[in-house]
Amino acid sequence: MSDVSFVVNGRRVSGTAEDRTLLVHFLRENLGLTGTHVGCDTSQCGACVVHVDGRAVKSCSMLAAQASGSAVTTIEGLANGSDLHPVQAAFKEHHGLQCGFCTPGMIMTATDMISRHPEGLDEATVRAELDGNICRCTGYHNIVKAILAASKAMSKGVKGRAKQAA
Amino acid sequence: MYAVNYHRAASVADAAKLVKSGDAKLLSGGMTLIPAMKTRLAAPSDLVDLSRISDLQGIKVSGKTVTIGAATTHYDVASDEKLRKACPALAHLASLIGDPAVRHKGTIGGSIANNDPAADYPAALLALGATIVTNKREISADKFFKGLFETALKDGEIITAVTFTAPAKAAYEKFRNPASRYAIVGVFVTKGKDGVSAAVTGAGEDGVFRSKEIEVALAKNFTAAALDGVKVPAKGLMSDIHASSDYRANLITVMARRAVAAANA
Repeated sequence: MSDVSFVVNGRRVSGTAEDRTLLVHFLRENLGLTGTHVGCDTSQCGACVVHVDGRAVKSCSMLAAQASGSAVTTIEGLANGSDLHPVQAAFKEHHGLQCGFCTPGMIMTATDMISRHPEGLDEATVRAELDGNICRCTGYHNIVKAILAASKAMSKGVKGRAKQAA
Repeated sequence: MYAVNYHRAASVADAAKLVKSGDAKLLSGGMTLIPAMKTRLAAPSDLVDLSRISDLQGIKVSGKTVTIGAATTHYDVASDEKLRKACPALAHLASLIGDPAVRHKGTIGGSIANNDPAADYPAALLALGATIVTNKREISADKFFKGLFETALKDGEIITAVTFTAPAKAAYEKFRNPASRYAIVGVFVTKGKDGVSAAVTGAGEDGVFRSKEIEVALAKNFTAAALDGVKVPAKGLMSDIHASSDYRANLITVMARRAVAAANA
């Protein structure tokens, strides 16, 4: 067993976990943050993407112990109260989801992608950057549309907590 | 995953001590080791995490000499401005590994220590004539990569950095498996003062190798046209559901041609 402590969505949390506990399981089972999903459990699908120290990672391929001491942002940490993060708003506006299972990972990947491309995004880049996220419903079209719209909205300066989280 | 004891190493010396306990394994980005442990293909008793050791991080470029810390992530290799000037081919190669989330965690040291026969870095280090620096010694790339998932590393030996001289010209072209994103065939070509080299990953039954046929043709004339009619033997190449050995043999010349064109561009 290890003591682990991180800052999750701005809140300091700590706990004890078996060393083999994956970060995604710690988030879901110990912290009750069930927005982060386990899809394939083999690092392919990206439903489990969260940010660790500002970088998008697959939380099914990382031990909670590896993340101890880090700042973790999950899908629950993006909205500011009832104000959606611009990426969440864009997914809603452009209908970038159907069943919604992949959506938390898509949105965490999208916020990371947008923050790494402050110069803006084009469709080819968005599609290439979505390599590690699989969606079985949408055919990706509206996901790409939503990310492009969010990137534009954010470069126009939709500020606030949303930006920090990304 | 079977139970495991996790240790976070504070320094290379600390890691060298910790790795002696039980059946310990070194953990860097964990992008291969953690999935292998989840499927119980690997079951170490202890994990020694190298990823927070600051001495193993970062990229130094001094003149033509490039040194990359073993725990430097693929993302950092792909986006380092100094490296993109000194050896853009290697930065480009790193940008083709896995997907963005994998590149944020996976490291160059972890990749070469694992020596997957379809990994990208081994082709680059072999073609660049790189030196692999460990906590014990320096090993040249041609002596380091021994076979499938096999390297010259001794038990508990820790890669600290890789270093090479940036060549005048280099490029990497990869025909990737669209699902795994590993190379079905990847070819890294270089042209420098020591001549040309062409290293192939994804294809060899014994892992990464240099293609004599390609190198002989390119030594005479470093152009894509010089490879017209050049045949690489299918003997010793892998055959699987993705590609037969004949198909891979042909892909080697195709990727080499594209790589030379990119290196000359």
